[in-house]
Parts: sequence; structure tokens; C-alpha cells
Amino acid sequence: MDIALFIIFAVIALLCGINLVVQTHPISSALSLIGVMGALAVLYLLLGAEFLAAAQMIVYAGAIMVLFIFVIMLLNAGAERVTKTRQLVKIAGVPLIAVFLGIVAFVIQAQLPRSQLVWFGGFSGGGPRDIGIPLFTRYLLPFEVTSVLILIAIIGAIVLGKKEMD
Amino acid sequence: MAPSYAVPLNWYLILSAILFCLGIAGFLYRRNIITVFMSIELMLNAVNLSFITFSYKWRAVDGNIFAFFVMVVAAAEAAVGLAIILTVFKNRRTLEIDEISSMKD
Repeated sequence: MDIALFIIFAVIALLCGINLVVQTHPISSALSLIGVMGALAVLYLLLGAEFLAAAQMIVYAGAIMVLFIFVIMLLNAGAERVTKTRQLVKIAGVPLIAVFLGIVAFVIQAQLPRSQLVWFGGFSGGGPRDIGIPLFTRYLLPFEVTSVLILIAIIGAIVLGKKEMD
Repeated sequence: MAPSYAVPLNWYLILSAILFCLGIAGFLYRRNIITVFMSIELMLNAVNLSFITFSYKWRAVDGNIFAFFVMVVAAAEAAVGLAIILTVFKNRRTLEIDEISSMKD
């Protein structure tokens, strides 16, 4: 059961990710990204991170992607025109990414024993209560710093939105 | 004990690596500033999957909390980044990153 769910949603995430990269129209890319996020939310549930699965759907797919789609609609962004890719990127881009992926996969396979397994219910410490208690005790300072970060982001967005440049 | 239908932990990490590489590819090859920005979001999501997988591996909640902070930073980044994109579009009337190169020249 677990393995079937993992394969189904991993394939959905990969297909949507590839679609994000190959589509030229930004709205198609945005919808693919929502697909990736939904599939990842299911994988988070399989890993026992219930709170983050909900937050992924509400904050990422719900709030951030709606913001993206608002901007795409507001700017009436069409399909991108084909312009020339930089020579360096054209020649070395895909091989370098493949080499990077190969190295990362090799390190993962070499460092982690194959016997490590994941099954639903193997770890159940990801509920709201389990997240909340460390968040407000051990991670209190980072949490408060985050609130300042969000305040700065809001002020920055307002200033950028109001500014008249010439 | 692990049931027979369990998934190897490595598969989650390799899926995360592949999604991260797709994000890099989108960042390098797409020319629309909004799509480039969405590729960055894809990379952040891939890293979140790694955090949560390691949280499972160590049976500790810290990875979940870090993924939560990554989400918060992504939200702040999206707010500021989209405001910058709006300002750029207001001034330049374009979303192509090749035409927004005055800091390079």
C-alpha cells in the first residue's frame, strides 16, 4: 500500500516538475507547481508530518500560488518568446545538472544503509501538538525572528508597490 | 518492525534530488521572470522533502520545524519577489530576463 502510494505520487510530482520546466506559458508552469505541491503533501503524510502536509496545502498551494497566479493574470503574461540561451548554459547546462544529480544520488546510496525503511505510522511526531511545543520552547528565538522577517517582507512589498520610479 | 510494504528511505531523498535538479534546469533555461521564480519555489519544496525525510529517519521533530521555517521564508520571499516583478514590469513593460540587464552592462 505504502509503496503504491509512494510510486503514484512520486511519478505525479516528477511529471508535474518536468512540465513546469518545459512549458513556455507561465500559467501552465504555475498549475504544474500546484500539482507538485499536492503530491508532496501526500508524501509528507506518508512520512508522518501531518501538520506540514496541511500547511503545505494551505500556505503553499493555497496562498503563495494564488499570489503567483494573481500576478500572472495581472501582468497578462503570455508565452515567452524564444530567445537565445547563453552559450555556456546551452553547452554545459544539462551535463552539469546530470553530474550534480549523479553525485548526490551516489552520496545518498553510499552513506545511507539500504535497510532504512519508511512506512506509514512509523513516526507519528509530526502533529500540531508535537510541532508546537518545541516551536514555542526550544525554537522560540528563531520563531520570533521569523515574525520580524515577515514584517520586513510586508513593509518591503508595500514600499515597492507604492514607489514611483522614473 | 518494518512491514513488508515499506518504502526505502533513499527513494525519498533521490526524489528530492531529482526535483531540486528540475528546479535548477528551470532556473537556467526559462526566460520568463515568473517561471524562474517558480523554479526557486520548486527547489525549496525539494529541500523540504529532504528535511522531512531526515526527520523521519531520526524520529525527531526538528526537521519538521526547519521545513516550517523554510515555508515561512518562501512566503516572505514570494511577497517581496512578486512586488519586485510588478515594479520591473511597471518600469520596463517586459518579463523577459534577457531584456532586464542594466546591472550587467
